[in-house]
Amino acid sequence: MLDTEVKLIYERPHGFTDVTTHYCPGCTHGVAHRLIAEVLEEMGELDNTIGVAPVGCSVFAYNYFDFDFVEAAHGRAPAMATGIKRTLPNKTVFTYQGDGDLASMGMGEIVAAAARGEQITVFFINNTNYGMTGGQMAPTTLPGQKTSSSPLGRDVETQGYPIRTAELISSLDGASYVVRRSLHDARNIRNAKKAIRTAFEVQKRGLGFSFIELLSTCPTNWGLTPVKAREWLKEYMIPQYPIADFKVSSAIEEMVKGG
Amino acid sequence: MALELIKGNVAVAETALRVGLVSYFGYPITPQTELLEHLSARMPELGRAFVQAESELGAINMVYGAACTGFRTMTSSSSPGVSLMQEGLSYISGTELPAVIVNVVRGGPGLGNIAPSQADYTQMVHGGGHGEYHLIVLAPSSVQEAVDLTALAFDLAEKYRMVVCILMDGYLGQMMEPVELPPFAPLRSEAPDWAVGAKHPEGERVVLTSININPPMQEIFNVKMMSRWQQIEKDEVRYKGYYLDDAEYVVVGFGTAGRIALSSVRAARAKGIKVGLLRPITVSPFPVEALDNLVSGKKGFLVVEMNNGQMLDDVSAIVAKRVPIHFYGRMGGMVPYPDEIDAAIDEMIHSDHDVNRDARGVWLAKMRELVGTGA
Repeated sequence: MLDTEVKLIYERPHGFTDVTTHYCPGCTHGVAHRLIAEVLEEMGELDNTIGVAPVGCSVFAYNYFDFDFVEAAHGRAPAMATGIKRTLPNKTVFTYQGDGDLASMGMGEIVAAAARGEQITVFFINNTNYGMTGGQMAPTTLPGQKTSSSPLGRDVETQGYPIRTAELISSLDGASYVVRRSLHDARNIRNAKKAIRTAFEVQKRGLGFSFIELLSTCPTNWGLTPVKAREWLKEYMIPQYPIADFKVSSAIEEMVKGG
Repeated sequence: MALELIKGNVAVAETALRVGLVSYFGYPITPQTELLEHLSARMPELGRAFVQAESELGAINMVYGAACTGFRTMTSSSSPGVSLMQEGLSYISGTELPAVIVNVVRGGPGLGNIAPSQADYTQMVHGGGHGEYHLIVLAPSSVQEAVDLTALAFDLAEKYRMVVCILMDGYLGQMMEPVELPPFAPLRSEAPDWAVGAKHPEGERVVLTSININPPMQEIFNVKMMSRWQQIEKDEVRYKGYYLDDAEYVVVGFGTAGRIALSSVRAARAKGIKVGLLRPITVSPFPVEALDNLVSGKKGFLVVEMNNGQMLDDVSAIVAKRVPIHFYGRMGGMVPYPDEIDAAIDEMIHSDHDVNRDARGVWLAKMRELVGTGA
């Protein structure tokens, strides 16, 4: 027997249900979920939050988050979140969307919600492919990247260029807080958590529309081990999708400075 | 209460607001736009939610979200816009949520035109989105009835947790008539316990979704939905009969077409012709039993519509060749004049009473002569 006091240093966040994940080994959806749950718990917002799930790998996000949730049609989560937030303005409302959902099917809804300055928070998971349907080309797929629907690599001449979504959203006057973070290592994960906290604080204080793009791995569809996938993200995704703050309104700057 | 002279679209909007509309989401499209415009001023004035959405897709999905909160919500549009909303209507139905949609139907297909039409009957009554679901579809024939049915629509939507459609047409939307609006009802203060954001029993949470990834679970859900629909077919049928007691002939028409047909029925009665009118108010659920009970002893039925005979198919299935059926319709945003229906009644009573007659074929041949084929 050890003579020291046993101290719990790591546990399942209280915003999580006690179930086994369906996400693939090494997928960063779990990390993103956990950060959101931790932040909402730290803010005491678990009982005051309504999440909106997308169509894609995270269609079952509500199986893991232990608070009220709705499930949107493909791409329409920002519209659905608008309907909820406008009816229940005191609730914390967020959408959680992948790149196929948000940047392809739902580009109209996300741009319009941002332009309106909806008081919601959007998490955009960018893993450069359609995960759930088996790794097809997404709007975020890198030039030359092989996917199951760009078997020779994305040819920009015929298949176009990837969309830098955070940059695009940041160009809208209605958006208040638009940043990109990455989930490929501990330092970046910590930074992502800080941004998530800021985004929810923005919503809580009525400071406008907040959007966080999270660079994520998809080892299964990329055909890489979890470790290699993280290296691939760092080597290929970050040059295309720089980690940066693209829009921080002056009110939010003051909020962050004020602590 | 004093009568007020109001345009149909505005009357529906003001009624919705008075019976407790908490949120409205819409997109401009003729001939529905006054509904959106009226609420764009009135909702913010009362501190309620109004969003002019980026598209009908956006609007219906905002309604989807708002419906998840359990508070009264609606949208309105016209045919092309309602086509875009079909995805959302399927999802809302599959999630068992109350919502109201107004379709001020215009001539089609495609972009068509902005004239009054009933060409969306099949889309609204027999489903327009994917999967299996039903809407309750209410078809007013006057502005006052549109007011009354708007109030009813919200009650039915909440009672059955489903989508209720008010099926209008450009005439009803644009026409001004004296109406009595309902008094202001208090807003619901608490959401129902199935709603997100509502007070749930300790430790429980609410997830609202239309997904049933396990087919046996989806089938169970569909059985439940069908059972509810069966109950609605029993309890919620509404229609109005005119001069039916001693009628030998029956005209069937809904909405504006039903109203025009009533003029013709009255004119025929003045000439001593024993003809009555059955005007379905709920075109879904359809007044099957009422129509079925009328068949025995009748000499003929005439279906009048502002489309190519979409309700005609439903009537034909019920009458089942026991009595000859006739059809008169105008399409593409054209509205029949009473004298056209007078002539159709006249033709019916002078026809050879063949129960196997091809009502649509005879009508279409006549239409080719009347308007041509553009060939």
